[in-house]
Amino acid sequence: MEVLVGLGTCGIAAGAEHTFRALESKLGGDGPRFALSKTGCIGMCYREPLVEIRHDDGIRYQYGGVSADRVDRLVAEHLGEGRVIEDWLVWSDDGRGSERAYFTNQTRIVLRNCGKINPEAFEDYLAAGGYQALQKVLAAGDPEGLIATITDSGLRGRGGAGFLTGMKWRFTRLAAGSRKFVICNADEGDPGAFMDRSVLESDPHAVLEGMAIAAFAIGAREGYIYVRAEYPKAIERLNIAIAQAEARGFLGDRILGTDFGLHIKLKEGAGAFVCGEETALIGSIEGKRGMPRVRPPFPAVKGLWDCPTSINNVETFANVPWIVLNGAAAFAAMGTANSKGTKVFAMAGKVVRGGLVEVPMGISIREIVFEVCGGIKDGKKFKAVQMGGPSGGCIPAELQNTVIDYESINKTGAIMGSGGLVVMDETTCMVDVARFFLDFTQRESCGKCTFCRVGTKRMLEVLTRITEGKGKEGDIELLEQLASLVKNTSLCGLGQTAPNPVLTTLKYFRSEYEAHIINRKCPAHRCQALLSYTINAKCTGCTVCARVCPTKCISGEVKKPHVIDQSKCIHCGECHKACRFAAIAVD
Amino acid sequence: MSERRKFDFRKQHFVGEEGKLIPLLQRAQETDGYLSRQRIEEIHRQSGIPLAQIYGVATFYAQFRFSPVGKNLVRVCHGTACHVSGAKEITQAMESELGIATGETTADGLFTLEMVSCLGCCSLAPVIMVNSTTHGNLSEKEVRKILKTYRAAGAGEVQ
Repeated sequence: MEVLVGLGTCGIAAGAEHTFRALESKLGGDGPRFALSKTGCIGMCYREPLVEIRHDDGIRYQYGGVSADRVDRLVAEHLGEGRVIEDWLVWSDDGRGSERAYFTNQTRIVLRNCGKINPEAFEDYLAAGGYQALQKVLAAGDPEGLIATITDSGLRGRGGAGFLTGMKWRFTRLAAGSRKFVICNADEGDPGAFMDRSVLESDPHAVLEGMAIAAFAIGAREGYIYVRAEYPKAIERLNIAIAQAEARGFLGDRILGTDFGLHIKLKEGAGAFVCGEETALIGSIEGKRGMPRVRPPFPAVKGLWDCPTSINNVETFANVPWIVLNGAAAFAAMGTANSKGTKVFAMAGKVVRGGLVEVPMGISIREIVFEVCGGIKDGKKFKAVQMGGPSGGCIPAELQNTVIDYESINKTGAIMGSGGLVVMDETTCMVDVARFFLDFTQRESCGKCTFCRVGTKRMLEVLTRITEGKGKEGDIELLEQLASLVKNTSLCGLGQTAPNPVLTTLKYFRSEYEAHIINRKCPAHRCQALLSYTINAKCTGCTVCARVCPTKCISGEVKKPHVIDQSKCIHCGECHKACRFAAIAVD
Repeated sequence: MSERRKFDFRKQHFVGEEGKLIPLLQRAQETDGYLSRQRIEEIHRQSGIPLAQIYGVATFYAQFRFSPVGKNLVRVCHGTACHVSGAKEITQAMESELGIATGETTADGLFTLEMVSCLGCCSLAPVIMVNSTTHGNLSEKEVRKILKTYRAAGAGEVQ
């Protein structure tokens, strides 16, 4: 029997390394015999640490929440006595487990190997059919045909903009110049998105293989992976994978005995969101400030060191080997008229099952939130989903039947983006959310375009004063005016999309803005300055609130109802948190 | 002095290669914990890149620091998921526990508190990263406890 522990960043944060070590100490002891290995992230972040037991006949049992102190029982009962622990089982090949729905509603192409293979074992990737696509492409020796296959599959860039990958490759191939580059954009900067991190940590060879195929198609011999420095585990595993592939002749000179060669280097980002924009990313690799430049010329014509360059996202590359092996038609069979294949989403926020899910295009937001991910946490009411990070927008619950498709999402005012999907419930204040994103884009603006640099700052100031209860009549109109100016006068995607979170919340939640400005109330009870606390009849006079109050504005006798002096109250909420009788009302 | 000797840019892999400046700065910061004026001048002398250009690049990227950090670097995630799950409350708890504001270092040099945009562990929100260890699903009480264990250990990784 084999035991696998999921050791992605999420798993490690939940204590998977302790679980691994506890299992390790059981190896070679008097107890049951088993083999132990690591794997990546299966996507079920909400049940980490995850341990899989693989029987010799191939049947797999996945256990969730296996902290180190549960290892003894797991080893004794399942490995020793062969008894499945139903309470911890999340999923198994023989159709058992509490979380089956999470997987049965998914279609896994990009995540095909994630959580199944050991990302540090080259043989695991080969055994899973790895590098067969590269072999097929090199044996055929037909770059034009390869580009046609990718174009026919309808694969669009998964980084957010959704440009046809095959077209990008064709432009780069046709561009004049003998030195060309292929770049993998792994600068996943959207707060709320972690798909690329998971793929790089769990299946790094799939990305390398995709890059090698792209390099062959466009005629590049040098490649870069631009990865965030905040992802140490991804960097570590990519370095291991590159060394393994070079040692075995899948990267380097004369790959698999052909004339084709590719050298891949890793560049660590230095913490600038704007470097996810392709021309800024190129500037950063060149060792400059990462500031976008005017396009055209597009990187396909004039990119890194002025050479033709094709930049694709991690998820895009991970799709490529599958398309080569299974054919364009199989990929194009999934999805809608203009959006083919699958999309990986990073589910986070107020959702029951948070983690990575890969679903076919064309599925609705409702199906993702409720059927795949189990609905809203703690029985609260679904309010909105935020898609596309700081460049995207909030889609309200009323539009939950919107399908996942580049064009349908754009129609709502949000964007597909890279795949961060943050679920919000009734306790989320939409003005606060808009302020949060503006705070982010305002800090990350590179400063090149005036309206992006100054306009986002002014918008942030307006939003901040609204959340602080100092909003003025005319603020909403001012926000709308600034939004359109920033959108229309910015050079790159960052500025052009920065107002989206404000515009979408204004479009769907205008009454919340008005409540803040006119009534001086925050309907979601999030904006501290707008809250008022009062003590109701449930008060037993236990004096706890009076003791925790930092301004000593609560008074009353023991065992008699207390009173808050509103003139001194600073709305800190300490009394509300401390009260054990729900006697403090918030409005 | 011995530290200075150990750090020789001519032995670094990136010297002489195109686009070397950012990796050079990253290695320098890895060694010293921050970019000192002295080190930047050294990079300037050995690489020939103008000082103004080095500062221009170094100040552009959030990763680079120009003052020393504490023994434990605490990074509080302020990503979307962490924001809606209480990153603000956690930050306040840590600031009050350490007696410093975000961006500052404690007087005993044990902790530096920083905020980051996203650590990519959104399903475990709210999240903090101490040195290279990520802690998730936190509450105000738990972050206080975590800081106490690091304070007791002085420095280094704590499980």
